[in-house]
Amino acid sequence: MTTISDVTARLARGEVTSQKLTEQCLAKIQELNPTLNAFITVTGDEALAQARQADREIAAGRRIGPLHGIPISLKDLIDQKGIATTAGSLVRKDHMATEDAVVTQRLREAGAVFVGKTNLHEFAFGTTSEDSGFGPVRNPHDPSRSPGGSSGGSAAAVATGMSLGTVGTDTGGSIRIPAAACGIVGLKPEWGHISASGVVPLSRQLDHVGPLAASVADAWLLYNAMQPHSGQIGDALDAMPVKGMRLGKLSGYFFDRLDADVERSVLETVERLQKRGAKVVDVSVPHAGDMAAIYLHLVFGDAAEYHARTLVTRPQDYTPPVRLRLEMAGYVLAEDYIRALRGKELIAREVDRALDGVDALVLPALAIPAPPLGAVTMPVKGGPDAVRTLMLRCSQPFNLSGHPAISLPCGRSRDGLPIGLQLVGDKGRTPALVQAALAVEAVLDETY
Amino acid sequence: MTIAEWLAAAKADAEKRGLPELIPMLEGLAQATERLRAADWNDNPDKDTPRDDDQ
Repeated sequence: MTTISDVTARLARGEVTSQKLTEQCLAKIQELNPTLNAFITVTGDEALAQARQADREIAAGRRIGPLHGIPISLKDLIDQKGIATTAGSLVRKDHMATEDAVVTQRLREAGAVFVGKTNLHEFAFGTTSEDSGFGPVRNPHDPSRSPGGSSGGSAAAVATGMSLGTVGTDTGGSIRIPAAACGIVGLKPEWGHISASGVVPLSRQLDHVGPLAASVADAWLLYNAMQPHSGQIGDALDAMPVKGMRLGKLSGYFFDRLDADVERSVLETVERLQKRGAKVVDVSVPHAGDMAAIYLHLVFGDAAEYHARTLVTRPQDYTPPVRLRLEMAGYVLAEDYIRALRGKELIAREVDRALDGVDALVLPALAIPAPPLGAVTMPVKGGPDAVRTLMLRCSQPFNLSGHPAISLPCGRSRDGLPIGLQLVGDKGRTPALVQAALAVEAVLDETY
Repeated sequence: MTIAEWLAAAKADAEKRGLPELIPMLEGLAQATERLRAADWNDNPDKDTPRDDDQ
């Protein structure tokens, strides 16, 4: 995969132009989108105009920074002025964004070139990207399989070079799940660190906006540019030394229901890090088994509120599976929503305790490799389980807790499908998490 | 309202609205709600006075 980190230096030296990079992305979209359906809207003319402008500015010595002239995409849940934000739904097919979302504006100010809006699970209310008003997204490693979701089009775009980076959202894993399923990096920042203003919500208390990219360094560049200027701390971070790195391996629930290849790859990676001098201790989240119930009641309650009017006025414009789940969401009782809110606070404290004395938690990002489109269950240790449950199992805890978490590729299944490792960091220390991820990525790069 | 009462009312409402496909999904939601209500962080008026871990 072409990385932003590689091409930005060449752009600065005049060895390549933004126009050339953008044309290459647009050519990839033309070649692959008919199969993968990763993009809902392609903004080719606007992107080329932005790219030519970036080339003029760079040639005149006015380079803004590492994203200047870099072609990226936006999940079609995020407003880009003058373009429809469909949220993957026919409910919003006539929408037109009148302003940029805050993240779009920040990336625009950083000089990024926008090549298009990516497909997703309708309203981000699902993990496979197969239920979209614009048709299912397909996995670039095997088009009969899901790319994960809900940011499935975004992950497919980066994995194939249709864009060099992208912005997704993550309410229960929707950045990390597709990153793992497509073999790229996905960073879910700490809750509230990146503005969600101008982003269609699923659950405002669980929604996170963040980057998907070809490498950890690229994810950092995008994340840093999405922050307020006051929060930006530098474009390059050094990897944390592996020797002496302290990792908390989450036990119990997080390893109970895994695909055999996922378990093998993650444990082999942990072992490899130990051999390089990392200190690994077992840690736990005592109420981990309650997380799915907590998550369900919160997301359902919040989604029911947001969709209440259009479920009545335009039910036919939702895909049938998403409409049914939204209809069910309306039955959550207030008293159970309150119980879930209290459980959410408890989980956040337990994740804090698990992180006490370690640099990061380590666990799988996704319990299974990319499932076939339409699959209802998948085989895992302990017997088959529902795809939806398995997809969310390892990622949703950190939406409840709000901690920053990153998914990075750590191997392949016997079928050649990517597998993702997840690191979780302390609140207020996202740079340290990224430094740990840079170190793990370097060790894995030596291996694969 | 007990979960059994809630589930019976929700199923009847789904039938009335012409959404029988919701019924198995509601049964799944009921299982999750049972788990939530059985959790040890819930307060009970006839048990210990609530205390906040953070204070």
